[in-house]
Amino acid sequence: MHDNLNINVHHITRVEGHGNIVVNINSGKIEKLQWQVPEAPRFFEAMVRGHNFQDIQIIVSRICGICSITHSLAATKAIESAIGLKVSEQADIVRILMLYAEQLQSHVLHIGYLAAPDFFGAPSVVPLVARAPDVVKTIVKVHRTANEWANLIGGRPTHPVTIIPGGLTRVPTAKQFKQLQQTLKDIIPDAKRIAEAVLSIAGNIPNFERPTEYVSLKQTEPPTYTFYHGGITSTDIKGAVVPIEKWHETANEYVVEQSTAKWAKWHRDAYAVGALARFNNNYELLSPMAKDAAKTFGLVKGCCNPFMNTVAQLVECFHIIETTIGMIDGLLTKGLKDESCLSGVRNPGGSIKAGRGAGAVEAPRGILFHEYEFDKKGNCVAADMCIPTNQNHANIQKDFEKLLPEILDQSQNDIRLKLEMLVRSYDPCISCSTHFLDVKFVK
Amino acid sequence: MDRPRVAIFDFACCEGCQLQIVNLEEELLDLVDSIDVVEWREAMTETSHEYDIALIEGSITRAEDEKRLEVIRTRAKTLIAFGACATMGGVNMLKNNFDLADVKKCVYGKSANMPHLDTMETKPVDAVVKVDYKIHGCPIDKNEFTYVVRCLLMGKKPEIPEFPVCVECKAKGNPCLWDYGQVCLGPIIRAGCGSRCPSSGFRCFSCRGYIDNPNTTAAKDVIEKHGLSVEMLKSKMVLFGTGQGPTNA
Repeated sequence: MHDNLNINVHHITRVEGHGNIVVNINSGKIEKLQWQVPEAPRFFEAMVRGHNFQDIQIIVSRICGICSITHSLAATKAIESAIGLKVSEQADIVRILMLYAEQLQSHVLHIGYLAAPDFFGAPSVVPLVARAPDVVKTIVKVHRTANEWANLIGGRPTHPVTIIPGGLTRVPTAKQFKQLQQTLKDIIPDAKRIAEAVLSIAGNIPNFERPTEYVSLKQTEPPTYTFYHGGITSTDIKGAVVPIEKWHETANEYVVEQSTAKWAKWHRDAYAVGALARFNNNYELLSPMAKDAAKTFGLVKGCCNPFMNTVAQLVECFHIIETTIGMIDGLLTKGLKDESCLSGVRNPGGSIKAGRGAGAVEAPRGILFHEYEFDKKGNCVAADMCIPTNQNHANIQKDFEKLLPEILDQSQNDIRLKLEMLVRSYDPCISCSTHFLDVKFVK
Repeated sequence: MDRPRVAIFDFACCEGCQLQIVNLEEELLDLVDSIDVVEWREAMTETSHEYDIALIEGSITRAEDEKRLEVIRTRAKTLIAFGACATMGGVNMLKNNFDLADVKKCVYGKSANMPHLDTMETKPVDAVVKVDYKIHGCPIDKNEFTYVVRCLLMGKKPEIPEFPVCVECKAKGNPCLWDYGQVCLGPIIRAGCGSRCPSSGFRCFSCRGYIDNPNTTAAKDVIEKHGLSVEMLKSKMVLFGTGQGPTNA
């Protein structure tokens, strides 16, 4: 036990964005224990005002470099809902495939580059190249494959340039889809190799539990392990689904002094989003390979160990690869149609109307909401976004408060490492999380 | 020659440009053999105050960040701004079109005056310290990044294109997006991206900034030929920073 202990992790490393961990123990009493977010706020909701609906995606994609496809899609769904644009079935499917590419890229980045060094006692992935060259090379290969996949559909791996309100500027050819499908079949053994490597160090995953509320998307028509369609569900509402338009009622945001990012709560004082939340809400709908992977790791529905989020991400990697292989079959069987912006179809969904709309997409790190209001010229009047990492900040703080007393007998270095690992397990995207707002929409 | 010590720092940004360095994939493993990365918060635990080259991502939006950047400048022999936020302010510059008090109130409501939520006018890196090299784009092109690093390792000055995106786009044989009703900024924006966006059917939206001497007369001719207004063009031009170089369009 420590009578006096001070930990001040000023800017935790190997996470996206800036976060601090502060621990002060004085005469055996925990005086201060805080997860702080000092990231420079960027005010996106204010900046998009006045811009045309066609330019919104270009701006808000820049909220996050790691989940730019997710932001682009959430914004575009909200815009389409606001101004009344319909999207073809083909464009809808291809957008989901683009989103899957980002999920795989981000999950592999987190598992391999950001989280893994903790389990090997290394400060970064660089020393691991010498220690486990084959595993690192496999991780790099799968990461590259995911980026090439995003580039194929999105035009670039980061900040995509094919998503437009009403559809896509272009879709890959049948030949390109077939090649992608083959590439994905070929990386299944690589994904299994990564899973084996993670399994070999799974004994180092801290044994910690704290029941909380898990919030994610849920799609019932047809039942799908969803990242893109459906409404909001939570483990506290027993499978019920709340429409996306009501997201303000589920993500009740508030400002706290220790953070430039807002916090959120629903039924309890905190809730969690991300791979583990999706897993806990939609486990039954995972692909067979994903279920096998979960079984190997002993990950079961109802898990409330936040450190297992990284394992849930790994499980989702299998689901994404397996599901995409099947979806490409579906696309090719139906035959690809030319709906590109150069095909003469200027505005596939018809004329625009003034209005307001919300869109939700699962980012790799959890559910993301965008909402916009446009005037009749299609210019933005108001905007609101609620970022997944925001929704996790309060939960991280609550985890800290339960975890620290349980590990006080450990060395200062171990305590610090466990707290850092806990933050990293949420795969936080802090640049993202420093924007949101209290906007009054014009009724 | 010893391997140069390189440190990577980020300010207000999406960290997407750092991600392009990670996206070098196998090449990154070679790169870390030829340079000594001593600090990179997003990827490493180690930190250092001693480095030869500082790579700066992001724009400057707080007084405390200006101070941090000034300290980095005193320590680095060479300072490189990479990505649109660092080279010209990027999308963060859109904030400067509004009253700052209004911007804070819009996002943080009643809490807007809490000190930790403060912000100032967005600045690119060279508005605060001397910048030796710029790597353009939002995000940067990873191949241009390795090209610049390779030039520095060999003691050569990197050659960044002085011609517009249209040149690369035409060379690829792409149909002109102006003919399809899009307001594309290709005629006045710096090439070097391989005309990625127009090649995907998406108009150029100026993420690499203006070329040094844009042919504004020709740009106006294009606008008039397609029956569009200069105003419409201007609304597209401000997306990545209003103070990004000479233009009279």
